[in-house]
Amino acid sequence: MLFQDIVFWVLSVLAIGASLGVVLVKDLFRAALLLVVVFIAVAGFFVLLSAEFLAVVQVLIYAGAIAILIIFAIMLTRDVQHGNLPNRFQIPAATLAAVLLAVLVAVAVDTKWDLLAGQAQSRAQAVQTSAVRTLESPGDLAGLERAGFATEDERTAAQEAGLADLLIGDFVLPFEVVSLLLLAAVIGALALVRPR
Amino acid sequence: MSPDNVLYGTPLYRFVYELAGMVLPCWISYVAAGLVIMFILVNAVLMGAAVFVFAERRLIGRFHNRVGPNRWGPFGTFQPFADVLKLIFKEDITPATADKIVFLAAPIAMLAPAILMLAVVPFAKNTALADLNVGVLYILAVTSLSSVAILMAGWSSNNRYAMFGAARGVAVLISYEVPVVLCLLGVVLVTGSMSMADVVEAQAVPFLLVQPLALFVFLAGVSAELNRTPFDVAEAESELVAGYHTEYSGVKFALIQAAEFGGVVTASMVVVTLFLGGWAGPLADYLGWFWFLLKVGAVAFIFIWVRATYPRLRIDQLMAFAWKFLLPLSLINLFATALEVFFLRDSQGVLATNDLWIMTGINLALGVGCIALFGGMIREKIRPVRWQPAAGSTASLTVGEVT
Amino acid sequence: MTLESMMIVAAIMFCIGLYGSLARRNVLVVLMSLELMFNGVNLTLVALAKYVVPVGIEDNIAAVLTGQVFAVFIITVAAAEVALGLGIVFAMYRNTESVDLANATELRN
Repeated sequence: MLFQDIVFWVLSVLAIGASLGVVLVKDLFRAALLLVVVFIAVAGFFVLLSAEFLAVVQVLIYAGAIAILIIFAIMLTRDVQHGNLPNRFQIPAATLAAVLLAVLVAVAVDTKWDLLAGQAQSRAQAVQTSAVRTLESPGDLAGLERAGFATEDERTAAQEAGLADLLIGDFVLPFEVVSLLLLAAVIGALALVRPR
Repeated sequence: MSPDNVLYGTPLYRFVYELAGMVLPCWISYVAAGLVIMFILVNAVLMGAAVFVFAERRLIGRFHNRVGPNRWGPFGTFQPFADVLKLIFKEDITPATADKIVFLAAPIAMLAPAILMLAVVPFAKNTALADLNVGVLYILAVTSLSSVAILMAGWSSNNRYAMFGAARGVAVLISYEVPVVLCLLGVVLVTGSMSMADVVEAQAVPFLLVQPLALFVFLAGVSAELNRTPFDVAEAESELVAGYHTEYSGVKFALIQAAEFGGVVTASMVVVTLFLGGWAGPLADYLGWFWFLLKVGAVAFIFIWVRATYPRLRIDQLMAFAWKFLLPLSLINLFATALEVFFLRDSQGVLATNDLWIMTGINLALGVGCIALFGGMIREKIRPVRWQPAAGSTASLTVGEVT
Repeated sequence: MTLESMMIVAAIMFCIGLYGSLARRNVLVVLMSLELMFNGVNLTLVALAKYVVPVGIEDNIAAVLTGQVFAVFIITVAAAEVALGLGIVFAMYRNTESVDLANATELRN
């Protein structure tokens, strides 16, 4: 537990410092690099929360694709070194953000979260978080037994549960809609930047 | 305190942890074990790069019909160390107009992916550092970080040639990422898992035979992502001085070179794990590491051979090769594999060895056919234009006309 | 590392992103701030998915991952958003030779 806490604090300092940098640093290129740091720190948080698949997807899509697109766009701008200027809403925006932060923190601390009991939490953790379920191995079975999956049926269910089953099972309609959205975005972006 | 992280499940880590735990308090050995493993991995990449550089220079020498470096040590074996010593003692120049911090960080960011990739590669039975259940995807994610590093190097140098090299390099990386990801999906489909150890276990028949198209696309795409010679427009010496590392010298240049050649070694390891059966071979339980290294050497030799054989492509030919040749091939492979897995698997979703042989037959025929078909279509695009003197040109060198 | 501390970090990231998207003139900085806000939301969703999904775990074990499914969708939508947003930035740069939001006045009558 100690080790996880240290990692958590290091990651939070990294994430918050880098996100402040993204907004405040004058040099746009450095701001974009700090954005990459934020993405990787968030991927670290995902690993801490035992969501390995999401962590990897975060690095692949955010740091590998979105950040590159933004950096390419930044190279178009004239004044990269001093390009990050404030507008006249600076004080109202800061006030709004501070008030919202206070409200959010108050809600997060004040709410009586219906936390999982230790038993249920280890059961939840034993469920595969990978998109593709791994082949069964003896080690896995022991882990499932420790997590409190007693009967054979429960164990098979826990092993077969996974992100992919949820995505193609319960959430199949949103899944298809999102793929349609991506197609529309690709075509739209092409139409926007096509030379006339 | 029992360590409940991902690493503890792997025997290598547990061995070092318990060895350190005999003399040290628990939490120190916890950190120390991690540091020892990281030390081993970093040195594996650097030593691999050194060996590869030596092998490449000697072999390219042979291909060019010359001797290659043979002065320092037996057969010139110490040549890479001499090179590194020379680079370390050279002056480390930072251009006056460079963005100093980013300029310093770029070589480090460039070396990181090559080292991080090794974390999931199983060198022998139960010898991967971390057998993640998203191993294949992890490799893709880590590789995609190198494009950020290339942009950092190119932009911070504040040099036209470096910027051109970086823009070209990232364009190549992004284009070749697509077919590489799609062809790895075929492997994941057959295996039914993204864990590297499971991929090795599933290769009763090596995926070299089951997925020949995927292997072809992967080798081509990876050598483009590593800036190897037929695809090295990002650092084309004849056009761009040296591409994104034009301004680098001294230790930073050594780091960039180590990243480049260490990248080839790690890529060969990934190819071996995914397509050549990893540590499988006779007496695999004891000699797994030997078979693994042997196969890595063979794949690295293919990389060197390709480099010595083909001339560099133009940037538009490179893009045509990715989008009009590799992408259709990887899509066809994915579609065919999905159909085969759908029809051949049993009720548990598992493929038997016989099914793998059936897939081998279909996919080999499909691969040869597709490469012949699309290769014929792409050949017109890639063939170098032959220079023809215009009719009645004064530049004609026929002897009869001169007299 | 508790649920509350994780949510507070996410809230701080979200609010920094909010400030950036309201108070900066450069379109690209606004896009980057939006990405910060997306990341804060994702972090909250995954943290909640890990700590508080007791209902339904008895009959549907996979339901513990619902928060992660939401995060997957958000990442996809963010990718689409960046592609379109940068397309608009390119179009705007071609017309006004600037990425300053103060110059984007074409829709004003």
